[in-house]
Amino acid sequence: MKKLSAVVLVLALIPGAMVFAQAQTPLSLWTFQEVHLKYYQSMAEKWNAEHPSQQIDLKGEVFPYDDMHNKLLVSLQSGSGAPDISDIEVSKFANYLQGDIQLASLNDLIDPEKKQFVQSRLALYQKDGKYYGLDFHVGAEVMYYNNEICKAAGVDIDKIKTWSDYIKAGQQVVAKTGKPMTTIEVTEHWSYYPLLNMAGSDVIDANNKVILDSDTNIKVLKFLYDMIYKYKIAVPTPGGFHHSEGYYGFMNDGGAASIWMPMWYMGRFTDYMADLKGKMAVRPMPLFDGSPEVYGIKSKFTSAGMGGTGTAVVKTSKNLALAKQFLFYCKGTKAGTVEIWKQLGFDPLRWDVWGDKAMKEPNKFTDFFQNGTAIFDVLLKVKDGFNTTNVGGNYPAIIDSVKHNVMFQALSDRSKTPEQALKDAAADLRK
Amino acid sequence: MKTASYFRSYRLVPYVFILPFLVSFCAFYLYPLIGTTFMSFQKILPGQTHYIGLENYRRMFSPDFARALSVSFQYTVYTILLLIPVPAFLAVLLNSGIKRLNSLYRAAFFIPSLVSVVVAGTVFRLMFAASGRAVVNSMLALLGSKPVDWILGGAWQAMALMVLVAVWRWTGVNIVYFMSGLQAIPADLYEAAEIDGAGAGRRLFSITLPLLKPTIVFVTTISIFGGFSMFEESYIFWQGVSPNNVGLTMVGLIYQKGFQLGDLGIASSIGLVLMLIVFALALAQLELFGFFRREDR
Repeated sequence: MKKLSAVVLVLALIPGAMVFAQAQTPLSLWTFQEVHLKYYQSMAEKWNAEHPSQQIDLKGEVFPYDDMHNKLLVSLQSGSGAPDISDIEVSKFANYLQGDIQLASLNDLIDPEKKQFVQSRLALYQKDGKYYGLDFHVGAEVMYYNNEICKAAGVDIDKIKTWSDYIKAGQQVVAKTGKPMTTIEVTEHWSYYPLLNMAGSDVIDANNKVILDSDTNIKVLKFLYDMIYKYKIAVPTPGGFHHSEGYYGFMNDGGAASIWMPMWYMGRFTDYMADLKGKMAVRPMPLFDGSPEVYGIKSKFTSAGMGGTGTAVVKTSKNLALAKQFLFYCKGTKAGTVEIWKQLGFDPLRWDVWGDKAMKEPNKFTDFFQNGTAIFDVLLKVKDGFNTTNVGGNYPAIIDSVKHNVMFQALSDRSKTPEQALKDAAADLRK
Repeated sequence: MKTASYFRSYRLVPYVFILPFLVSFCAFYLYPLIGTTFMSFQKILPGQTHYIGLENYRRMFSPDFARALSVSFQYTVYTILLLIPVPAFLAVLLNSGIKRLNSLYRAAFFIPSLVSVVVAGTVFRLMFAASGRAVVNSMLALLGSKPVDWILGGAWQAMALMVLVAVWRWTGVNIVYFMSGLQAIPADLYEAAEIDGAGAGRRLFSITLPLLKPTIVFVTTISIFGGFSMFEESYIFWQGVSPNNVGLTMVGLIYQKGFQLGDLGIASSIGLVLMLIVFALALAQLELFGFFRREDR
């Protein structure tokens, strides 16, 4: 009898359990970064705890960078197979804003809290007033100093305010330690693009016209050239770019005294250059103060928002409203953006959390850098000095050309002068 | 009754046998070919596709196209120059001497073609890194040479790397082709030649090579196809963006235009032109080898 009632009880529970399981709405998500997926998964758990009536079953997949963008583009073009939510890297985003846009507008969620966001980072993913993506981070450009080398050379990094200070300090580092002050990328754009942006310029204007060979851009590229060949404080990056195995090894062994990269590059130090723990310090970028070293460029911009991943919801999603809400929960709410810093070490999009107490709590990033809990004070100092970046129209092709033509020809094999390299590339892109 | 005999008839059976080929040919070759032809005349955007005449073909001929064609052509020539004599020679060696030891060597030569290209790429990138401490450069240092920047050094270094990876990957596969060709040569021919007093060199040039000709023609043909469709050997070093386009191949260009820049129309037109080029080259090569000549003439 007891056995029978137990069986009956179990049978009675099964339909209930099934109803519960069915109540979980499946949401598919694509990304090209393992760490992003881990973040979304942790947020899905939080969401499910907070929203018992709107359970989510997040099905995330990580693909290699190129594969993911290709798959997404083809599935949107063919109209089938796309996920509900997808990460899209900023330099690829323009590809997805062509034709009938297959992404959902996020304005209904963003507009009410728009003022709390760093505006230039919202504008990246907008077309005709509609926002199609939401970023993880500002990607504020900062200078990472290897303070061990700087101190050995007698350089006080807090006294470096302008590019002419930086060059003087660099010459001192080279003279005292024999090590270069910095490395400059020759096969990617992360050394050049933030600098031209901080100099008040861009590669494409607001009307999507190519301005790659503008006067300012030529001057900035000449300045990079001078750092390597005239002042001899920089070397072309070993391995060509700052994400190469060659560079990680070089820098980890104390190869150079500094590097300018966006805030999100912090994770590369913790993951790939672990021996630098306790030696690195984060400081604001040197400024363009009109000095002859920077060809008289004077600019009010104190940093640049670089790189990024605009996460978008696909218009044909069967659970459009829920997908949008979940995306905003992860990346747009105050609680979500604090989690982005805690878990990913990114500088969040909402500046209203930068001063928050939660940002000073120790984590693996604050432990790694000197005076790590004060990292956001650096950001608060430069908060009002972000230039916008235009990433529409032909942007993916322009960045490609900067990567494989301009940088290499002007700085590495020196087959062209900076001016020639930019003029040739721009002429080709205008065709 | 009637249908059963119909199915057993000689008229139908051949078609049943070639059906799998026909189906896969139509699904994976003919249909994409027709689709690509249409797409090459279109501007393709999500939800908006329209015909633009010859615009894709007009825009296609750029310095990048010339560069890609030249890289692919050079690569094909070098791989043919290396990947036919070397494996043929090795196959001849492996076909003689101690059998047991040979199967060990055969396996050793074949293993690279089974290794994932991505894994191999990472290892090659590290081996050929610019630093003086990388494997290849430290070996060069022993010979008294300065470290060479292989990956970013320039056009010849880039070509050397791509050809090297190809030789590493495909030598084993070509050995298999040549081995099967060699084993089809009747042993009594060699015996007869030996009795007639032919030395090893004479036997190689008068028996082995002439009778290997069908295999050589076959391997040359697939090497032309393989050379012009090369993509991975370049991709593993530069991920599609090589300085000055030293590693840009035709298929790399199609990939760049179609997928990285989202312009499937122009990618289709490049694909079709590439197909015509390869077709013409393969036909010319087969004609040169006398493939179309009738045996009885």
